[in-house]
Amino acid sequence: MSLELIEITKRVGSETHIHPTSLVLPPGSFNVLLGTTLSGKTTLMQIMAGIQPPSSGRIMFNGKDVTNIAVQKRNVSMVYQQFINYPNFSVYDNIASPLKVAGMSKAEIDRRVMSAADLLRLRPMLKRRPSELSGGQQQRTAIARAIVKDSDLILLDEPLANLDYKLREELRDELPKLFAGRNAIVVYATTEPVEALLFGGQTATLHEGRVTQFGPTSAVYRAPNDLISAQVFSDPPINMTPVEKRGETLQVFGSKQWPAGAAARDLNDGRYILGIRPHHVTPLPSEASSGELEGRVLVTELSGSESVIHLDVDGSTWVSQSHGIHPFEVGTHARLHVDIDQGLFFTPDGARVS
Amino acid sequence: MAEIRIENLRHSYSANPQGEEDYALKRLSITWQDGGAYALLGPSGCGKTTLLNLISGLLTPTEGRILFDGRDVSHSSPEERNIAQVFQFPVIYDTMTVFDNLAFPLRNRGVPESEIKTRVAEIADMLELTKTLHKRASGLTADGKQKISLGRGLVRPDVNVIMFDEPLTVIDPHLKWQLRSKLKELHLRTKRTMIYVTHDQTEALTFADQVVVMNLGEVVQAGTPVELFERPQHTFVGHFIGSPGMNVLPCEVRGGKALFAGIPVEAANIQAASGRGRAEIGVRPEFVSIAKSGIAAEVVRVADAGRYRIVEARSHGHTIKLLLKEGDEVPQSSTFLAFDPAHTQVYEDGWIAGAHR
Amino acid sequence: MNKTFNNKAWWLVLPVFLMVAFNALVPLMTVVNYSIQETFGNNEFFWSGTTWFEQILHDEAFHDSLRRQLIFTGLILLIEIPLGLAIALCMPRNGPWVSVCLVLIALPLLVPWNVVGSMWNIMALPDIGLLGKGINALGIPFNYTRQPISAWFTVILMDVWHWTSLVVLLCYAGLVAIPDAYYQAAKVDGARPWAVFRYIQLPKLKHVLTIAVLLRFMDSFMIYTEVIVLTGGGPGSTTKFLSIDLVQKALGGFDLGPAAAFSIVYFLIILFLSWLFYTLMMREEAK
Repeated sequence: MSLELIEITKRVGSETHIHPTSLVLPPGSFNVLLGTTLSGKTTLMQIMAGIQPPSSGRIMFNGKDVTNIAVQKRNVSMVYQQFINYPNFSVYDNIASPLKVAGMSKAEIDRRVMSAADLLRLRPMLKRRPSELSGGQQQRTAIARAIVKDSDLILLDEPLANLDYKLREELRDELPKLFAGRNAIVVYATTEPVEALLFGGQTATLHEGRVTQFGPTSAVYRAPNDLISAQVFSDPPINMTPVEKRGETLQVFGSKQWPAGAAARDLNDGRYILGIRPHHVTPLPSEASSGELEGRVLVTELSGSESVIHLDVDGSTWVSQSHGIHPFEVGTHARLHVDIDQGLFFTPDGARVS
Repeated sequence: MAEIRIENLRHSYSANPQGEEDYALKRLSITWQDGGAYALLGPSGCGKTTLLNLISGLLTPTEGRILFDGRDVSHSSPEERNIAQVFQFPVIYDTMTVFDNLAFPLRNRGVPESEIKTRVAEIADMLELTKTLHKRASGLTADGKQKISLGRGLVRPDVNVIMFDEPLTVIDPHLKWQLRSKLKELHLRTKRTMIYVTHDQTEALTFADQVVVMNLGEVVQAGTPVELFERPQHTFVGHFIGSPGMNVLPCEVRGGKALFAGIPVEAANIQAASGRGRAEIGVRPEFVSIAKSGIAAEVVRVADAGRYRIVEARSHGHTIKLLLKEGDEVPQSSTFLAFDPAHTQVYEDGWIAGAHR
Repeated sequence: MNKTFNNKAWWLVLPVFLMVAFNALVPLMTVVNYSIQETFGNNEFFWSGTTWFEQILHDEAFHDSLRRQLIFTGLILLIEIPLGLAIALCMPRNGPWVSVCLVLIALPLLVPWNVVGSMWNIMALPDIGLLGKGINALGIPFNYTRQPISAWFTVILMDVWHWTSLVVLLCYAGLVAIPDAYYQAAKVDGARPWAVFRYIQLPKLKHVLTIAVLLRFMDSFMIYTEVIVLTGGGPGSTTKFLSIDLVQKALGGFDLGPAAAFSIVYFLIILFLSWLFYTLMMREEAK
């Protein structure tokens, strides 16, 4: 039961919403589509579901061409960012609705609704209407409806975006457990890199209607193919600087020299772009190869356990995120340390080399 | 600019409130210094937006007083209070240019056009809107529009306080960072009193010098981000702040010791424990570590958050979470856990032992 | 590759197609048919080309009724749109009075058109009607069966009474849809009520107002029943609007050819003016 997109494109008028995209999603997999607003996540999902037909290309399900089969005939569930439930139905009837449509027996419906309600901790509110629920409970109801029938494909389009931070954290924790052991293909769209990371599974990074990389989440995060994938998959945004490798050293900011470190040791001499995630820029030097970063402190953000320091280095802004409280005074001169061994090296046109 | 003092403030949305449960805001007294950056943090329905609207004058309190620099403004209109507010969804005047949007509050107050020009230019420069000044405001992206909302507050030189009602809700994560640090930078530059309402702990903690945590219409704790993180006064604060939140485990207090499942655990405030009420120990995932001996636990799940890993362990029927740095070794299924004594607290009936309440 | 998505759906749409065909397409084609032929009954037809169109376009009576129609529609738009908007602005946004107001406002829309005509006919009678008697009592001579000005005044008053409600309801729905945050922001920015109206309410109501203008334009341009009951087009032909003129030509004179040509010209005028209104009001959007 795998879903295969073959050279899918979507054009609306003269605009291209999805560039040629091929993906294979195996059964039982959890797939995250990660990208900013308007990067094409929703369009791609709607094409997968059959809500929109692709402009060209084919969609195969279990080796069968389903490109022109309407969404009603495919076994698909969807959860949206807005909490979409039937306002006049009780929570029970909301969850039961796809089963009633399928013509299941009353006893079987009851059994399934109860088990979905238990999983999503909705037992106490089964008799209530959606309007009497909190946002988190409304979204739980929508998710219960999506999992209650054995869908082949479950699509979740930023389902946590409208929830409070803590509720988001809670559901983020529960969702993978919910789908574990099912045979369904789950596709989850989000704008937040941390969600993709915490879910694990596989991640596709999207940028302007193009899937820039698709693979196991931690591989995409730690070994991005190119600069764009690295940028999409970094929160806070990744720091970047042009460097020139000369033997064992890197020339940065014109005059400064950093050790090449393990990551760049085997690279040919020449010009590269170095990408460093903010948590690899720290107030204290790491044991490995580190480069010094000097500049003027623009902003210091101190949460209870972490410090985020924005540093102006020769006109470009660097962000450091580190454990502990480091109250750098704004406007003063500060020195931070870059862990070069953790750096990502790209060619000037954006392909990653190490 | 002003010092804001709130005295015994209560508010109910019903005309004649019967009991305590009819109050959206139960009872509140607090003082905010002139020029500070403050945050109101809490889950939906905790009363934080009610409090914000009471301060801005969009609501009139049922009881109590609000004073700006000692002057009672409880019954004044928003305009008389001279405040500015940035809303959750960007509010812009569609038909106007960015310039006219920024000039609007000044024109309404009859400021001469030459002065408007210099003020708007100055604010636009701060917000990096100079290039778009003569474009239609409706054509901007969400973050651009939110900057305009903020600009309309900053442009008035005499504003008492600028209030933010979850201003980053509609902004994409990578722009959130920029806008958030911009806010912080603007606060430092303009030294205006700012109050920021949010359910997002990261936004509250990074923006504010002092955070007020609210729940069920009451203030649970007010303090600096470090205080809230290191010494939460209530298990709610411990859970609500921090990601993941504090581990709260049932315990027994006996003979000057806290016992979790019969195992003695050292706690910083054990001397203050009264031994009465429901006792719990609270320890943040940041202060739990893998050890050679101590509390036996099974590793259930490991989630990779990039720069750290969240390890979920089960011990004596309870879930304990801990954080491991990127690159640290993840233990085998059976292991032992240790709690940092300096950051382990005993709670009684939810409140930290020894709290003056 | 690009097959129709679901062929069965066409069967569901078919009844609608048939209805539309019988309701609109067939009569329209019949009219086109008549407009280019000459008939003397007995189902005999002779080709007449554009004769009827030329005749109508050069007809003085047609010019007069078109001019009257334009003045009438112009006047009622000038009155009903601002009045409707003003009433909608004055209505409460919440509380128990909302439903009371809405019911009161909607009442005139529930009255059948010929009844509206009869009601105002009686109301405006100079000897026993409340309106007619009242105006005469003020010392102003009023008699809508004799004086053109009285007749026009009554017709316009009747239309305003009957149709302003529609504009009110549309505007009210538009106003209620504006998020509270806009009003709050305006308060905070120190905006006067006029500025709130000019920079928040009016821009947000643009689409609603466009629809209101279009609906009122089309309806008033086709007005027939109320006027025929009230004045019958008189005194003389001072309130003879296009539709009355058309009916008199088609049924009274039984000039089917010219009447058919008249209908088509009438239809094209409405189509053109609707398009014009729409483009003018939506022009800003394109920028």
